[in-house]
Order: sequence, then structure tokens, then C-alpha cells
Amino acid sequence: MAYLQYEGVGITALSAAVPKRVIANREYTEVFTKEEAAEIVDKTGIEQRRFADQNTCSSDLCLAAAERLISDNGINKEDIDLLVFISQTPDYRMPATSVTLQHRLGLGQKTIAFDINLGCSAFLYGLSVVYGMMEQSNLKKALLLDGETRSKVYSPRDRRSAFLFGDGGVAALIERDPKFGKSTFSLNSDGSRADLIMIPAGGYRKMSSAETVVEKVVDEFGNMRSDEQGYMRGGDVFNFVIREIPRDIKNTLTFAEKSVDDFDYVVFHQANNFINSYIMKKMKLDANKIPSTISKFGNTSSVSVPLTIVSELKGKLDGNKQLLLSAFGVGMTWATGIVPFVDCKISEIVEVENGQAV
Amino acid sequence: MTINDFIEKFAEAVEIEDASALSANTEFRKLAEWDSLAYLSVIALLDEEFDVQIEMDDFRKLNSIQDIFDACQKD
Repeated sequence: MAYLQYEGVGITALSAAVPKRVIANREYTEVFTKEEAAEIVDKTGIEQRRFADQNTCSSDLCLAAAERLISDNGINKEDIDLLVFISQTPDYRMPATSVTLQHRLGLGQKTIAFDINLGCSAFLYGLSVVYGMMEQSNLKKALLLDGETRSKVYSPRDRRSAFLFGDGGVAALIERDPKFGKSTFSLNSDGSRADLIMIPAGGYRKMSSAETVVEKVVDEFGNMRSDEQGYMRGGDVFNFVIREIPRDIKNTLTFAEKSVDDFDYVVFHQANNFINSYIMKKMKLDANKIPSTISKFGNTSSVSVPLTIVSELKGKLDGNKQLLLSAFGVGMTWATGIVPFVDCKISEIVEVENGQAV
Repeated sequence: MTINDFIEKFAEAVEIEDASALSANTEFRKLAEWDSLAYLSVIALLDEEFDVQIEMDDFRKLNSIQDIFDACQKD
């Protein structure tokens, strides 16, 4: 049973950045009709998303969020000893984007910097890695950056994914303090389902070629994409999520000897409203405790949990709050976190255009 | 649950107003309302009513509403 527990480490400040460009899904009709768009929006609950322009990468969103976090909290950059960047849409295949961010943020060469590539559950994996390193060391402060530009991953001509994904980036400051008490994480993986959500080409199994960039009709409905674009087998993802997520939450609560009633908020990965409402109904959860940004930001992969906290819980996290976090997706990987928030300082969301905060 | 109850719930999930237009032998893939969104609703229905998840490779082999109903009956 892979449960991890940490003592006296927590998120002391949190910030987020999104592209300035808003995509209104009901008007996203270059490829599909207004009726088709409306049908999808009604079912998924995703009214709007943010799309990065060609000059904005995940790293730029994270940089803007991190600079805001550093200035809002008067952080001395020399105190940042660890920088972890989470993304599946990095700047380059090499070097690691975290290292370029060490330089762009003006951090010292003693900074420990590396990337984590995982997908929708990755913020919880990342928190767990950083909490572990912080607990067992004399590192002063850690920055966990998490950014995704999923708008660049999926084909606008594939109805099954064209209306779901959006872009965003977050920065979390992580420090040691006994006030945080205990955190518990459950981290899981099932590689037998690797083909449920995938970008088949562009790695080293199927390298980029003239053939991999050709858009092809992929099903009987006329949906089109290339092998360099992502696809999702939504039905099986849904089957998987409704089986595994409630079970993992229940088991983690049992392990930590807690009940759902002990939590001030439950923050889920923002997949879409259909999946999220069904989980809420199945687990008989109190909707008042479940913040959502599905309608305004769509599915931003690993960014969705912290982005939802910044967007919806700003001003609500004074004092000691208990949060239950749950995220799931590509891999498949899924994670549950019992994470205390104590006086977490949350910045206003920054908007980014042409790679710069505006 | 009887097959007739199931047909009613199926109609509701797939958003077919008149359940009497359906029968156990209806080939659901030929319905105008059948698409990937309707499929998600049926997955939710099977989980809720039968605590059953049918993977897509197995679901592809099912053609009629009766086929789905039979696949949900546990031994």
C-alpha cells in the first residue's frame, strides 16, 4: 500500500497565471456547428477556456505566476533551494524546462531543479516529492511550478477532445513549519491503460516524420487528427475513473483515520462536469464543499487542482483548513491527498499574452 | 430490474423522449441520439444501477438494448 505521510511541511503561498485569450465554447464553431458545440457544452459544462498564443509556453505561464508569488510575498530568491517543474508540454525535449526557469527566475546555481512528466494527477505527485525533500533536509524554500498548454496538444477537428482542454500555470511556495501537521498522499499507476490517453508520435517509439504530422480521419464520425496530436478514449477513461477514484479516496481516508466530513473543501481534477458531477453524486458529497472552475477554465490537466484553489478559495483559506485533493488521468495515474492549508497566501490570477504578464 | 425498466432508464440516459419507440431489440447504435456523449450517460447508468463497468472493447460487441442488459447481469 503506497501511502506517504509527511509532517510539518505545507504550501505557504499559491499563485496562478492563465492566457489572456478566452475561447467561448458555444462560439467555437470554425469546425463544428453551433448545435454540436451547444450539445457538448451542455454535457461537459465547459463554457470557456484559455488558449495560449504561439509565443506563450507552459513555462511562461509558470514564470508569470512565480514572479507574482515572489513579489506578493517578498520572497528572497536566495532562499529558494529547490525548483520542480511539472508539465507534459515543456519548452524542449531537452534540456529540462525547470533548469531554464532557474535562470529566468534569477535563482542561484545551487538550486536543485528538475522536471516531472506525468499528467493530470501530477500536482499531487509533485507535492509529495517536494514535501519529502523538504522534510528530510535543510532546504529553505521550494517552488513547485505546474504548467500545461493542452490547447496545443489536441486536434480542433476531433470532436471528442476539441472542446475540453485549456491552458494555465501555477506556482506554489512550499516551506517547513510545524503548524502544518501531517499530510497524507496515495499515489497510483496503471500502465496497462497507457493507450487510453496518448500522443502516439513525436517521442522515440514513433519519431516525428512527414507521415506523423498528416491529419487523418480516425473514426466513423469523421473526426480528424494526426499522430502528433493527443487522443482520448473517453468511455474507458470514465469507466476507470468511476471505479478507481471513489475507492482510492475511501481507502486513503481509512488509512488516515478521517472521514469526508473532516474536510473544509474537496478539490477534484477538473475533467468535465459530467464526470465530476457523477463522482460527487456517487460518493454523496456536499456540493458546497467542492469548488469548480470547469465552466471557466475547462480541463487544464495537472494545473486544474491548484488553479481551482487559487481561483475559488482565495479569501477562504485563512486559519487552518483541511483540504482533500483528488486527481486522475493520462497514464493512467491517480492520486489522493490529505493536505492541510494554514494561512496560505493566495495571489490574484495573472493574465499572460505573448509570453509576458499583462 | 426488468428489461422494460431498463429500456426506460436507457431512454432517459440517451435523452429519447418517447421510450415506447424503443424495444429490447432496438439496435442502439442506429439511433439518431447515439454518440460519444450518449455513451458516457450509459456508462453512468450501468455503474449506478448495476455497479458494472463494461470496457469499450467489450461494449463494441453489444448491438441491442437487450445485449447491454444481459451484459450487466452478474452471475
